Amino acid sequence: MLTFTIRRLVLSVPTLLFISLVIFLLLELAPGDPMAQVPLTVPPEVKEKMREALGLGQPAPIRFWKWLVQFFWIEPQLMIDHYFGTTFSQGDLRVISWQTRSPAMDIVIQRMPQTLWVVGTAYVVAIFIALPIGIYSAYRQYSWFDQLGTFVSMVGLSVPPFFSGVLVIVIFSVQLGWFPSIYDTTHVVDSWDSFVHQLRQMIMPVMVLALQITAQLSRFMRASMLDNLNQDYVRTARAKGLSEYVVVMVHVLRNSMIPVVTVIALGIPAIFGGAIITEQVFKVNGIGQLLIGAIQANDLPMVQTLTFIFAILIVLFNLIADVLYGILDPRIRYD
Amino acid sequence: MTDLSNPIPSNPPRSQCLDVWDQFKSLRGALMGGILFMLIIASVYLGPLFWDIEATHIDIRARNQSPSWAHPFGTDQLGRDMLARMMAGGSTSVSVGLTAMALALVLGSFIGVVAGFFRRLDGPLMRLTDLFLALPLLPLLLVMMLLFREPLNAAFGPEQGIFILIVCAIGITSWMPTARIVRGDVLAIKEREFVMAARSIGTSNSKLITRHILPNVLSPIMVSATLGIATAIITESSLSFLGLGFPPDFPTWGRLLFDATDYLQQHPERVFWPGMAISLTVLSVNYLGDGLRDALDPRIRAR
Repeated sequence: MLTFTIRRLVLSVPTLLFISLVIFLLLELAPGDPMAQVPLTVPPEVKEKMREALGLGQPAPIRFWKWLVQFFWIEPQLMIDHYFGTTFSQGDLRVISWQTRSPAMDIVIQRMPQTLWVVGTAYVVAIFIALPIGIYSAYRQYSWFDQLGTFVSMVGLSVPPFFSGVLVIVIFSVQLGWFPSIYDTTHVVDSWDSFVHQLRQMIMPVMVLALQITAQLSRFMRASMLDNLNQDYVRTARAKGLSEYVVVMVHVLRNSMIPVVTVIALGIPAIFGGAIITEQVFKVNGIGQLLIGAIQANDLPMVQTLTFIFAILIVLFNLIADVLYGILDPRIRYD
Repeated sequence: MTDLSNPIPSNPPRSQCLDVWDQFKSLRGALMGGILFMLIIASVYLGPLFWDIEATHIDIRARNQSPSWAHPFGTDQLGRDMLARMMAGGSTSVSVGLTAMALALVLGSFIGVVAGFFRRLDGPLMRLTDLFLALPLLPLLLVMMLLFREPLNAAFGPEQGIFILIVCAIGITSWMPTARIVRGDVLAIKEREFVMAARSIGTSNSKLITRHILPNVLSPIMVSATLGIATAIITESSLSFLGLGFPPDFPTWGRLLFDATDYLQQHPERVFWPGMAISLTVLSVNYLGDGLRDALDPRIRAR
């Protein structure tokens, strides 16, 4: 198992390098010019100097190498400095956003908590809703509960977040006026009232995201339970005289959770991508909105950093899912 | 013995298509999904023949109207008829969905068949598929829209250019699941006796693929085709909703929804129509795909 994990970790390095190259080359083609905002009165020599100060004067391979060094060598050093008070990264150049002229990573770290709060809560809520629904609708296959659950998860899969989001805004904040339609990220939770306000502003985005995730997860859970419910070991367990609760919730559930756990792990990076739209609808000041803003403002270093962070997350959670699968299912051994 | 000597079978022969159709008919959800999808396609493409108000016709005196007999879906802020705009937007959205799905399907089936059939290409092609699956797709789509909009607009005109761009972008980023499924099926079919028999009489590789292997992997291809339409329509609408899709005067369902969010408080019904259209289309296609999967699976059909 350990050798498999190490082999996969080593293999993920060329994967990530390839992805970073793809992203870099794509952005290399970009028509935007970071000097477009500079007034026309600035002479061309000065513009050329400014361009070089942004690291644009060199040929593409050198810039790619520099970017790799900045991303994989200087940024981790900075993190170590931050936590241990050392000075490894002093004086080193970092990835600078063209929009704000400050390090791109700092902005990402500023935006991270909002995304994690909203998306993370939605994911947890969705898991807690989806698993019981999936278990019960598989146990009572073709009952009215199962029919309803299947229909609701179909609807959840089909209604895109930009419609369900706008719909809940129309219903709950325009018509009923229960919740604010805009997520206020500057809100500080320091008392009971502010906590209630935080809850109220989180409910709608969490609901919209959770509907989608619940739809996928409960379908998986149901299919996986159905696969296991007709197995021989279930009949054996019943024949031994175990109670129905123990048969379903211990014997069947443990085996059915194996694929579901890996699906949950695989879904985590996708949530960051999917949250782009939900964040846009509810004006959550998170990573997704940062990406849209950067794309619209032609802020290439920021776009590069963000897409690459997404890529790292995807590769990492693919690895985690594979390893989890091997740990949970003793029949699967990669060695 | 007497049974066997009787040469006339009691039942008329049944073709496979008939079996599939019988199974499909018994799945109520799939049948309704199929009918609904046909209805949506018909109303989107044939509707403009019966509803003769132009989608771009501006009647500024009739702006911001609620639904009435003259304008069943109301009018927008420039007095354009929402029903006509919905049909025009729908024809764009559905065309994008169908074309992008076709592109993804051709790419995915080709790579899947080649990877499954030729052992030497299997490794590299599947690694390529894994790499594509590891790319963050929505951000990359957004970046692609940003980068290639201008050159394609210049080459093909604003509408044609963006159509080609969106279709290609969606097609290139969504062929991977099809390729994986097709490869798996091809690997299994390649080892079967009828393929060996065909090979033993000297059938060439290309004939072997087109005559013997492709017809047998048609059912997973069809299922991923239907599900592909759904993802393509949602992706196109998301791009339009984020303001990176078609130009504003060229309506699609996602664009209409995006425009209507500005008038959310006064005219919530304007958000409702395009959103409902997208959701219903995707819902019907999803049901259709689920039903097709069940109908085409001989293990389920035998029951």
